[in-house]
This record gives sequence, structure tokens and C-alpha cells, in this order.
Amino acid sequence: MSILVFIEHKDCTLNKTSLEAITAAQSIGKDLGVGVTAVIPCDKDCGLAQEIDRYAIHKVIVVKNEKLGIYTPDAYADAWEQVIKATNPQYVVMSHTYQVRDFAPKVAARLGREVVGDCIRYRSEGDKLVLTRRIFLGKLDADVSLGGEAPYFVTFQSGAFRGDAAEKGSGASVETMTVDVGDVRMTPEAPFQEAKASVDLTKSEIIVAIGRGIKSQENITIAQQLADVLGADLAASRPICDADWLPIDRQIGSSGQTVAPKVYIALGISGAIQHIVGMKNAGTIIAVNKDAEAPIFDIADYGIVGDLFEAVPVMIEEIKKVKG
Amino acid sequence: MKQVANKDAVLRISSDEKWINETDVAQQTNESDGYALEEALRTVEAKGEGEVVVCTLGPQGAKSVIKDALARGAHRAIQIIVEDSKTLSAYQVAKTIADAIREENADLIFGGLQSDDASYGQTGVILAELLGIPHATIVIEVDRESLGETLRVKRELESGWYQWFTYKLPALMTIQSGISQIRYASLKGIMAAKSKPVTEVTPSVEAFASAPTIEKVYMPLKTKQTQMLGNGDAKAGAVELIEKLRSEVRVI
Ligand SMILES: Cc1cc2nc3c(=O)[nH]c(=O)nc-3n(C[C@H](O)[C@H](O)[C@H](O)COP(=O)(O)OP(=O)(O)OC[C@H]3O[C@@H](n4cnc5c(N)ncnc54)[C@H](O)[C@@H]3O)c2cc1C
Ligand SMILES: Nc1ncnc2c1ncn2[C@@H]1O[C@H](COP(=O)(O)O)[C@@H](O)[C@H]1O
Repeated sequence: MSILVFIEHKDCTLNKTSLEAITAAQSIGKDLGVGVTAVIPCDKDCGLAQEIDRYAIHKVIVVKNEKLGIYTPDAYADAWEQVIKATNPQYVVMSHTYQVRDFAPKVAARLGREVVGDCIRYRSEGDKLVLTRRIFLGKLDADVSLGGEAPYFVTFQSGAFRGDAAEKGSGASVETMTVDVGDVRMTPEAPFQEAKASVDLTKSEIIVAIGRGIKSQENITIAQQLADVLGADLAASRPICDADWLPIDRQIGSSGQTVAPKVYIALGISGAIQHIVGMKNAGTIIAVNKDAEAPIFDIADYGIVGDLFEAVPVMIEEIKKVKG
Repeated sequence: MKQVANKDAVLRISSDEKWINETDVAQQTNESDGYALEEALRTVEAKGEGEVVVCTLGPQGAKSVIKDALARGAHRAIQIIVEDSKTLSAYQVAKTIADAIREENADLIFGGLQSDDASYGQTGVILAELLGIPHATIVIEVDRESLGETLRVKRELESGWYQWFTYKLPALMTIQSGISQIRYASLKGIMAAKSKPVTEVTPSVEAFASAPTIEKVYMPLKTKQTQMLGNGDAKAGAVELIEKLRSEVRVI
């Protein structure tokens, strides 16, 4: 019996969220008294194995096939199916990254299982876990119990565990498992970044961020005025950039920039997890939202429940007064 | 396309604490599903032939999703009626849909990337596996010029990275919100929708041993002490906030 933990990488460079998955797997392993095995799909003798075997785990398996060089869901599904059949794990633990979203449900379905995805925590009851996931856009939590038989597939939300809390060990054994990969029905091109960001919000001290609550492009003026009097930079949630009201390089979140300014003022932003991962490490978080139940208030230091169009002009006036 | 509780609806936890009480909650089409429909419509338009078939699984009332999609230009619909659909797991939803649409032998299936209520983020991927076709998730551009035996699509990766993939058809794509400008239903479209065919199926949903079960739904636990300012008065809150920014946070 073991827990398999997925190590995600691009060209043998670790995706750091995999360390969070290691922490999660180690924690579950302790609770259930089972060892952790790290799984690294790669097309070569992955250099990452020597990095991962320093963690307190039993074993590192490099799953090898020439088609595992650039990620495709078909190749990954074939590889995982064989690893799972060969190792017969109790749990398969992964971070809920975009790549995992893409292949994990497929692997599970093929084995007659279902992923409990995007969990934020767990507790153990006997030899089974009860997992907590966010539902309804972060407005509610649900405790979920597992059905059927092992293996159980669990993915954890980014930030649910701390990557720097992954325990170091005395060197795990590294194994190579060569797998067969069948027909790959998609042809990947090289990943790329869209035109380099012209604004670097990671250096901003104060950020005024707007969400859908701003309602129209014209209304951005008042947020800009607030930013101006504060000496702040303007940023936004995704829908604002999707609508081209602000350029994409001002987007904060999992598909945009990750920032940690001294002060982050969220105006009319609900606080979806994909936004929060990009700004939750700000020193002071301020939220203005007319919905008292908006999830953004869960992480805010200061909150104003109300209409941003009433609050913001007063904020501007008050700042002007203070600054004289 | 899935029907979900309206984004702005006030959610009340049901008395058994297993879901919300949906009786008086306004419903809408799941956000990314609207974009999935738009991609389907544009693809058929670009091809100059073919039809868009919209499929939803849910209670009788989910018909409004279908009506709306037909009004926007879908050609016909398959309504899978399952009254207690909200208790189904992602696999069960995907399996029931797979059984209902398999015979359609669609060249392309578009779905949303995630539902705003259950948020499994899985149904499309499982559906593709059950139908034996390849899938792409988080698609943010469809290169319609490339449409033939294959289709080239742009997938979103994390932190501003992207990647193009070319898929052999048939294939399934899960669409990211904001990929395009969604069309409105015209008056003509709304009228035309009334005579478009809707096939109703009422399957018995197979039990699935590995389905996870919701034990309890509750309000998220607060992780931070939030100082609420203004007591519901936005202007008073603004005054208090600036005072805090001056005296406590010290940025003014
Ligand atoms: C794979 C994936 C990647 C994503 N990446 C990102 C990302 O990088 N960044 C990102 O931001 N999102 C991202 N999203 C989208 C994310 O899930 C949310 O949909 C998005 O963040 C919501 O934006 P919002 O808060 O502006 O809008 P909404 O959720 O619509 O919230 C608007 C808020 O404004 C409030 N409001 C309305 N009117 C007023 C008013 N007059 N005064 C005060 N408040 C008001 C409402 O109460 C509501 O809370 C991603 C989603 C997925 C699935
Ligand atoms: N009951 C349903 N009826 C139709 N489509 C659905 C249903 N449930 C999920 N889907 C589709 O699958 C996508 C992902 O849903 P989910 O896996 O629940 O996050 C949705 O955006 C829809 O396109």
C-alpha cells in the first residue's frame, strides 16, 4: 500500500506546487500509516529525481517513455494507468494545476474511479479521508466522503498545503519504470508567453483592483482616480481583461500576475480562488463589495459592505484631506 | 450546457445540509457553457454546414437553458431529464450524457470548463474518455481556419503561458469563459426556437460505486479576522477606511 504523489515539471524543471502535493501526501501518509511514492513522468532519466528523493518519501519512480517529453493528456493517461496498476496505491495525490485538471479525471475514469478535486483540506476517519471542497464559486464548503474502493484520487487547491513544509528525508530510492504509450491523438506545439507584460505589478506597493462590480469601462475612471491619489497601480480580475477594458498584463490571478503589495484594494471583486491565488499574500487586503457573503471578505483585513460607487468618491475625498 | 443557481442569488443551505435549497433560487446557464455554445455556433458557421445540438442534463426546469440556446442559434436539443441531478457525481453526469449522445457521433463536442455550482471541472474530460475521443481543457482560442480532419486550438496554461494543440476529430473541447463575445438571442431567434426539435430522454442513472458523497455543506470558516467598516453604510465605511490606512496601515 502506498500513496502516489504526482511531480509536475516542464523540461525537468519542477512545478513548485508539486511540493505542496508532497506535503499533503506526507501528511495523509502519517495519518494512515502508509508510505509515499513520488511519480515523475519523463522522456529521460529525469534530473528531477535527485531533487525529489531528498524529501521524506519511500521511493521515486521515473515513469519513462519518449512520448512523455511534452505533456499530452493521452500519453499521461496511458502512463498513469500503468503506474497505478503496477503499484496498486491507496491514494493518488496531486495539486490541482491546469495540467492535472486536464488528465487526472481521464485516468480516474478509465479505472472506474472519480477524482475528488480542488480540495482545501482533509481529515481522516479511520482509513478513509473526508475532504473539503469549495462549491458555488467559493460561497460554500462541502465535506465529501469517498466512495468505493482504492485507489482514491484527490487533488488539492494551490495553497491548501505549504510547499516549504515538505519534510526532508535521508534519500529515497529512485526507480525507473518504462511504460507503453499508445496512440496520441493531439499534437502539441511549444508553449509560449503572449507579448511580454509591459507593466510589472509585482513591484507595486499599492494596488487598486477592479472586478465586474465596476460595471462599465467608463466607470474605471473613478478607480483610476483612487489609484492616482494613493500612488497606486490599477489591476483587475479576469473578466475585466477578457472584455478588453484593461490590458491583459493587469490581470491578477492564476492566469495572470501574482502580486504581494503592501496594500491591495479589491473593488467589486467576488474573490474566486483563481483571483485569490494571485493576491492573497498582500500585506493588507481591503475589499469593497455589496454582497456581504462574497468570498473576498474571507481573506480581507478590512471590509466595506456596500456600493463601490458610493465608497470610492468618499475615499478619494478623504485621502485628499489627509494629504492636504 | 448546465443550469446552475444564479451568480448573485442568496444561497440557503438545505435542511439536510447536503446542498442548497434551490426552490426559490433564480437559475441561469453556467457561465462557461454560454461560451461553449458560441464556439460551436461559430464553428458550424465557419464550416458552412452542419448543426449545433445542445444537450443539458437536469430537472424539467432546465428547459430554459435549451430554449435560450435554441434562440441563440442552436438547431436542436437533447434534454436529459433527471430530477435530482444535483446529487450526481461528475462521472454519473458524464456517463448519462455519454449514453444519451453517443449515437449522435458528433464531430466536435464543446462544453464549459467548470460548473459554477458543483465545480467538478471534470465532466467534459470524463465524457471524452467514455466516448473514446480526445479532449482539450481550458481552450481559449479555436483556429477555425484549420478546421478539417483536425482542429487546432489554443489552451491556456498557468501564469500567462499558452500552447497550441492540433486534434484529430472527433474531439471534445472545454471552453474558458471570456473566449469571445457571446451573441444575444434576436427576436427572430426566439420565435424560431419554438419550432426547433427537442428530444427528451428520461434515463435511469446508473449507480456508481466510486462516487464521492457530500456529507455536509456549510459556510466557509473564516481564516482571517476582518474588520468590517461602516456597518453597511458605504460612505461611512470609506471614511473609516482612510483613517485606518493613515493610522494603522500607514500608507497615507
Ligand atoms: C482556469 C481558470 C482560470 C482563471 N484565471 C483567473 C485569473 O487569473 N484571474 C481572475 O481574476 N479570475 C480568473 N478566473 C475567473 C474566476 O473564476 C472568476 O470568474 C473571476 O475572478 C470573477 O471576477 P469578478 O470577481 O470580477 O466577477 P464576479 O465574480 O462577477 O464578482 C463581481 C462582484 O462585484 C460585486 N459588485 C457588483 N456590483 C457592485 C457594486 N456596485 N459595488 C460593490 N460591489 C459590487 C458583486 O457582489 C460580486 O461579488 C479563472 C477561472 C478559471 C476557471
Ligand atoms: N448536468 C449537466 N448538463 C449538461 N452539461 C453539464 C452538466 N454538468 C456538467 N456539464 C458540462 O460540463 C462542464 C463542467 O462541469 P463540472 O464538471 O461540473 O465542473 C460544464 O461547464 C458543462 O458544460
